[in-house]
Amino acid sequence: MEHGSFTDNSAATFSLTDEDHTLANSVRFTLNQDPRVTFCGYSIPHPSQARVNIRVQTTGDPAREVLKDACQDLMLMCRHVRSTFDKAVEDFRGSNAVKAMKIDSKDSSDSEESE
Amino acid sequence: MAEQEKKFSIWDLPDVPMGQLPPHLELQRSRVFCNKDAPIHTESIQYSGAYSSIGVDNSVRLDNFCNNFRVEVIRLNEDDMEFDMIGIDAALANSFRRILVAEVPTMAIEKVLFANNTSVVQDEVLAHRLGLVPISVDPRLFDYMSENDQPNEKNTVVFKLHVKCKKGSPRITVKSDELKWLPNGSELVKESTANSDSSSKPETYTYFSCSQESVPEFVKNPIAPKYPDIILAKLGPGQEIELEAHAVKGIGKTHAKWSPVATAWYRMLPEVILLEDVEDDLAEELKSKCPVNVFDIEDIGKGKKRATVARPRTCTLCRECIRGEDWEKRVALRRVKNHFIFTIESTGALPPELLFTEAVKILEDKCERVITELS
Repeated sequence: MEHGSFTDNSAATFSLTDEDHTLANSVRFTLNQDPRVTFCGYSIPHPSQARVNIRVQTTGDPAREVLKDACQDLMLMCRHVRSTFDKAVEDFRGSNAVKAMKIDSKDSSDSEESE
Repeated sequence: MAEQEKKFSIWDLPDVPMGQLPPHLELQRSRVFCNKDAPIHTESIQYSGAYSSIGVDNSVRLDNFCNNFRVEVIRLNEDDMEFDMIGIDAALANSFRRILVAEVPTMAIEKVLFANNTSVVQDEVLAHRLGLVPISVDPRLFDYMSENDQPNEKNTVVFKLHVKCKKGSPRITVKSDELKWLPNGSELVKESTANSDSSSKPETYTYFSCSQESVPEFVKNPIAPKYPDIILAKLGPGQEIELEAHAVKGIGKTHAKWSPVATAWYRMLPEVILLEDVEDDLAEELKSKCPVNVFDIEDIGKGKKRATVARPRTCTLCRECIRGEDWEKRVALRRVKNHFIFTIESTGALPPELLFTEAVKILEDKCERVITELS
């Protein structure tokens, strides 16, 4: 739901239902990184009501497009976080397995030498 | 106290390469200064034009983020994990934490049908305790159940609890291993109305069309409470509990029993800097002050000793090292704003690395919902 003026679409307030700080703060962060944005912020009109108002003011581009781009960027960031995390877990598991194997082989080689 | 103010001009500073902040500003941007009374520079400077007056671009483009972002796993067990995320902002880290606590779904007991309860534990209290028992089953294999849905094998897991303490035998404790999984659905028969067709199967409280044992995952790991030694109730001689519990899928936002983590938290990496050389007696004093042994003494020859920072990661920021006179100008306590040490403790439904992956997926879904609404 968008509230803005019909003549100037570079500044608008978007009212999202069923959302809270979880999404709004992340979207505000990615919006801030965009150089086309002059002002962005979010507010929660009442804590008992799950509604968030996100305000975007840009340097001329339509606010709707800028918000969409920010959400796309956030999605790509999340995907990158996920892939990096999965790789890090795999590497950790791999290095642990190698360490366990090294300890095993060292034990067996020691016992062989003593015999 | 000089009479004349020394004229200080910014052009006298050594040349800082264009596009980079002078070091004192870079420190303010990337570190939280933990002073004796309160931390300063805690806000993260996200605005892309924050430093435009000195010609520095503060925006973090997507490719920059992807190049600088790193994850390092420190510890990974069956139930908990600790890992570092470097290059991410507090807003994203907090979003992941909030989703882990409140929006990753699990299965938990929701409806309890009592056939008999003559124990001293009231019905509702026992039902509440049953709801909080963590169940080790993968919630991704189930669907949500709404108000109008019938309980069937795709959205409900049924457990049975039947314990009786015989007269004359000592008191017994009912532990969670008494909860038995019923893969074929409910066994309590509904009282049907008079015109019941005398067909073979009486109507029960669930409508399973096939046994849940036909799903291969459940044959390998049968569904059961994660911990078999949770005390549910205590029975005296002659008391009996007979009930059936239905577990459904839900999220922590509705009720904390559906939260998949014991808890999940993060902290920023602490940084302990010695601003000047701390030697001899002062070094010994510094080492003894710290309760978690962050500092070490090293010999620098000629009988002199010097303090070094050995384990800054274990620092709890208790600020003991800057208490007392003059210590603030020797030791600086800071936190790195984009380095987060995440710890996730799972209650058993999903292993912790899967929990984090699910949380990130949920954030992606939220973004997609906003994008489709906007288009």
